[in-house]
Amino acid sequence: MPTPTELGLPPEPAFADDVDRDTALHLYTTMLRARRFEKRAYDLFLQNLVKGTSHLSLGQEAVAAGVAAAMRPGDWTFATYRGHAHTLARGVAMEPVMAELLGRSTGLLAGKGGSMHLTSVEHGMMGSYAIVGAHLTVANGAAWSARLRGTDQVAVCFFGDGTTNIGAFHEALNMASTWRLPVLFVCENNLWMEYTPIADVTAVPRPAADRAAGYGLEPVVVDGNDVTAVYGVARTAVARARAGEGPSLVEALTYRHGGHSRADPAKYRSDDEVTPWLARDPVETYHRHLVAAGVDEAALKEIDGDVMRELDEATEAAKASPPPDLGLVERDVWADGSAAWRS
Amino acid sequence: MAQLTYRAAVTRAIAQEMERDERVVFLGEDVATAGGVFKTTGGLLERFGPERVRDTPISEQAIVGAAMGAAMTGMRPVAELMFSDFVAVCWDIIANEIAKTRYMTNGQVTLPLVIRTANGGGLRFGAQHSQAVENWAMAVPGLKVVAPSTPRDVVGLFAAAVRDPDPVMFFEAKSLYPAKDEVPDGEIVDRLGTAAVRRRGGDCTILALAAMVPRALQAADELAALGIDATVVDVRSLVPLDTDTILDACVRTGRVFTVEENPRLCGWGAEVVSTLVEQAWSDLSGPPVRITTPHVPLPAADALEDAAIPSAARVTETVQKALG
Repeated sequence: MPTPTELGLPPEPAFADDVDRDTALHLYTTMLRARRFEKRAYDLFLQNLVKGTSHLSLGQEAVAAGVAAAMRPGDWTFATYRGHAHTLARGVAMEPVMAELLGRSTGLLAGKGGSMHLTSVEHGMMGSYAIVGAHLTVANGAAWSARLRGTDQVAVCFFGDGTTNIGAFHEALNMASTWRLPVLFVCENNLWMEYTPIADVTAVPRPAADRAAGYGLEPVVVDGNDVTAVYGVARTAVARARAGEGPSLVEALTYRHGGHSRADPAKYRSDDEVTPWLARDPVETYHRHLVAAGVDEAALKEIDGDVMRELDEATEAAKASPPPDLGLVERDVWADGSAAWRS
Repeated sequence: MAQLTYRAAVTRAIAQEMERDERVVFLGEDVATAGGVFKTTGGLLERFGPERVRDTPISEQAIVGAAMGAAMTGMRPVAELMFSDFVAVCWDIIANEIAKTRYMTNGQVTLPLVIRTANGGGLRFGAQHSQAVENWAMAVPGLKVVAPSTPRDVVGLFAAAVRDPDPVMFFEAKSLYPAKDEVPDGEIVDRLGTAAVRRRGGDCTILALAAMVPRALQAADELAALGIDATVVDVRSLVPLDTDTILDACVRTGRVFTVEENPRLCGWGAEVVSTLVEQAWSDLSGPPVRITTPHVPLPAADALEDAAIPSAARVTETVQKALG
């Protein structure tokens, strides 16, 4: 894998100074909530309280946080199975998300979706999609709907580098561009497909940006560990979409601190590769930047305290929540609430 | 009362619903300017404009994905897949996303959308443009499945599909597009999940779907001349399945035949027969018999295709043998 330097990235994110204090603290809080939540989720896996699988965004939090800060209530997020951070970033409380991971009745989806399908329509979180590429086409439909209904809502769709090699990516980009849809596609290029380097299986060095020209779009590459840079790029793209100027495709260069899923210890990566990326940790580097920029450390500590309080309460509440009512097995296949296949 | 072809009924059905509800939008390949490869959508672009009637690229995933995204945000989209064989190209979006999202989100997301598609053989198009795939859709929880056999039902069942809050796969029998029949004037709206008894007779019950219905009715006429009086039920809707009407028609005669265009294994008739033997075993006076396309891809040549898909003659002969 290329080092951050070889990718043209500085050893630490450059961080813009033109972000006002409230926004800066909001960006920091959003990243920290995702970071603390996912570390706790991982601990709960080890205790076998979280069943099934789970895919963590540890190391990639700046992308979800920076983009969400550029969105308005009413805009839509479409995320992948690696979607905890994106869900929390839209303002969804930790408690129902944690309960969903634990398969409890108070879960965001009452236990029917699990880690890979987090959805909260009231927060504009329109779903986490677990088949690679599918949701790019769905985001287009929401964007089309905004135009049909005369609103200025924008659809934002997050996906990984691996998605750029599946057909639905190309179908969706072409349709979004020809229809000039108000949609922002955000590729989180963490350099690894799942267990395979994305560079080994992709015809071009930048899996998303190098394909942009094929769909009449500008190539946009951003330091995905720099929450201020992501925020800036997202603001531009969202504004373009809202103004009817069509879709954007952003490639955020970032890195997955852990493996692909809970089953993957990521031993295929060398320390030489991982170390410089850990030095670019989006949360810790931004913390340092804020302190250097004059933010009182006590204020940041207070944020951490609030996040930990929400997390501890969410964890305890989720653990105390009973398993879902078994009647849910045959509920809500259809809009009338039933699962009836005969009339 | 107008005489309409099945083809013209499709146009009328879409127009009826787009006229009534501006949330109804329509997209597909060659549907707008060209009016559809089967000429089922002519004039809709002129009537409803280019934002509500949209030509798409040859991108079936993008088509049904866009329908899904529009449906989950307040629209009532109708997507056309030119040939039903092409559902295989976008089966992920249909079977994994559209069908499951309501359930997975604990009812947060509702998807009122219709996927219309030209289904089945009869046009000598070979194995990739002639399949009857309604049983694929029937096997996936979360999809409603409708297949009309008459121009009137095209209008009524399509209206019901568009107004239904759930995803509906609407299978048009492409061999029936030229078929003409009377269609009442004014708005027609049916109910999903209702079978229709097309003919009543006391000796046996023939269950048929879509393009097989006219063949079953023709066979019933031939059987009548041989002294066998058949009931013919048009199943119309596979999900939900009108088991009340179907079982009632079956137990009245005790002898049951299904006529299915799909290849044999796991065709809709297998599900109907299993329900029948579970629930009405003692009312049957002989084994149910399934008349299907053999378990083969469909051949192209007219002689071979005619030999593969159940014909009226095959139905007549099978019933006569079984009852004889």
